[in-house]
Amino acid sequence: MGDFTKFGDFQFDVLREIGNIGAGHAATALSMLIQKEIDMKVPQVKIIPFDEVADCVGGAETVVVTVFLRVEGDCPGNMFFILDLDSAKHLLEQITGINKDVYEWEELEISALHEIGNILTGSYLSSLADFTQLNLQPSVPALAVDMAGAILSYGLIALGQAGDFALTIDTAFFEGNDQVKGNFFLIPDPESLPILFRSLGVPFDGDY
Amino acid sequence: MEIIKIGMADLGVAKPPSKLRTTGLGSCVGVVLYDHIHKIAGMAHVMLPESSLAKSGELTIGKYADTAIPHLIQLMVKAGAETRHTVAKLAGGAQMFAFLGNNDTMRIGPRNVEACKLALKDAHIKIVAEDTGGNCGRTIELDATNGILQIRTVNQGVKEV
Repeated sequence: MGDFTKFGDFQFDVLREIGNIGAGHAATALSMLIQKEIDMKVPQVKIIPFDEVADCVGGAETVVVTVFLRVEGDCPGNMFFILDLDSAKHLLEQITGINKDVYEWEELEISALHEIGNILTGSYLSSLADFTQLNLQPSVPALAVDMAGAILSYGLIALGQAGDFALTIDTAFFEGNDQVKGNFFLIPDPESLPILFRSLGVPFDGDY
Repeated sequence: MEIIKIGMADLGVAKPPSKLRTTGLGSCVGVVLYDHIHKIAGMAHVMLPESSLAKSGELTIGKYADTAIPHLIQLMVKAGAETRHTVAKLAGGAQMFAFLGNNDTMRIGPRNVEACKLALKDAHIKIVAEDTGGNCGRTIELDATNGILQIRTVNQGVKEV
């Protein structure tokens, strides 16, 4: 357990491709929602200590808007859709016409972002399910506006029982003029990786 | 003045004028100990309640309440503290996503708090202040000079206990 030494370049490539396909579909959905072009960065697949996971979005204390959902089914894991505060504000404005700072948000604003997160993570996961032919059942998503460290550590609990490192598939996206940018994080549970690889016919004989 | 950063599943001890700090506590619990006579401070960033949850042989001591707290006490005693003068404060243990509360993994915050209390009780250390539960992240800083614990949250600003 917690042994990543059996990961070769090929396995990393496959995981990057998973991020590519999932986030690609989500970015298309987002682009349709806001009627603007969305660009995506090459997915980062990293095996990192828990402490450094939050660094990918600006550090443990950075306040972010996050839609979180738990994936159950054949390949359990955690999924996060993370926006910085300005991006969340811009996104909200572009979709609903509401122009309010995060501290003025009420039920309507929260609910709108919740739904946006729901649509985007849903398209990420359904494309992943199509691609792998695995049964993935997302939970009802939850939304939180808080410190990135506090939020992301939630997705690390299951991994904490097996090791000190997390495997994260992180895909950043941005709108042309950088008004909206954010990240999709998929953090598979330790036991999910062999299943994921097997579903794609990728040779993998190690424990994760 | 030096600020010593305590990472996730980590622990450490400090003497004046240093401070101990850990950031972004969600369902994790920040346990701080302070001996006000010898002015020795300790902090642990506990992630899970029990080491029996560990699935592999290798154990990170600072990760579990039932291993981190005894080890932190040992380190403090080694640094010159006495347990009879030592008191504890707790912060964290939130449920960041409240309505997912049925699942056991998702209820980890309250379970972490309970486990920390149990471990402190076993060590006969009194808890003098607590800011736990709720659904917000916390950053905490313990001043080794006076044992004051500063707790910062996004919505409620800074408070000291």
